[in-house]
Amino acid sequence: MTLSLSKDTIKVSKEQDVVFLKNRVKETAVKIKMGLVNQTRLLTACSELVRNMMRYADGGMCLIEIVSSGRNNGVRLTFTDKGPGIPDIVAAMRDGFSTGKSLGLGLPGTKRLVNEFDIKSKVGEGTVVTILKWANG
Amino acid sequence: MDKIPILRMGAFLLVSIQVDLYDRLALNLEADLVQMVNKTSAKGVLIDISAVSIVDSFMGRIIGNIASMSKILDAQTVVVGMQPAVAITLIELGLPLKGVHTALDMEKGMRLLRSMIDDPEEDADEDQTIDDSITE
Repeated sequence: MTLSLSKDTIKVSKEQDVVFLKNRVKETAVKIKMGLVNQTRLLTACSELVRNMMRYADGGMCLIEIVSSGRNNGVRLTFTDKGPGIPDIVAAMRDGFSTGKSLGLGLPGTKRLVNEFDIKSKVGEGTVVTILKWANG
Repeated sequence: MDKIPILRMGAFLLVSIQVDLYDRLALNLEADLVQMVNKTSAKGVLIDISAVSIVDSFMGRIIGNIASMSKILDAQTVVVGMQPAVAITLIELGLPLKGVHTALDMEKGMRLLRSMIDDPEEDADEDQTIDDSITE
């Protein structure tokens, strides 16, 4: 069972908000004594997702949670936007697929960096991406 | 507006990134650096990223772009000082930074750059020493 211990919602609409969000995520990771490599993985994943949100949906919200399961603590991030949505999630999760001009590594790369990854999207309504990184493992 | 300074040292350009990059800053650096390579006809570019704690796919692409753009302007690029955690993340992300030369620190990076471009002065010095040894 996974328990949520603390919640913090941050609105992202400008480039400065991105810096603020990354600092908050880092603080949260440090608070639960996450190792440096996992911190870097989490922050890189956060960076990818927040960029997607800015580029395709013009911003959105990010929920930062500290979660606990047994003796393990972790950070869960939920990115919610009201953008155009992703018509084909299977294609979007494939390496090298991009509707923009990027390398198409964002979503599949992010999935490889975190422990749990979930994406839900409805065309015309928006996208919700949830990632979880445990402090150890 | 923040700006990352580009220093000129002989035939090389030195860039030390001391802040965490955001997209606009990285794009500006790319443009400035390519301009500088052209303006100073630099033979090598050394980028120090030892203070950068996150390189995501966008930053990785910018680094790759700088290297390829410099290359077609006849300059070599060496990236130095990457943190181990960043290297781990880049590979897991699926971004092996092909075509970008790397070195562990500034000193090794300089040596690599020197060996990559045939510095005529250095060659002259070497010839000199060989001549000396013969006459001795």
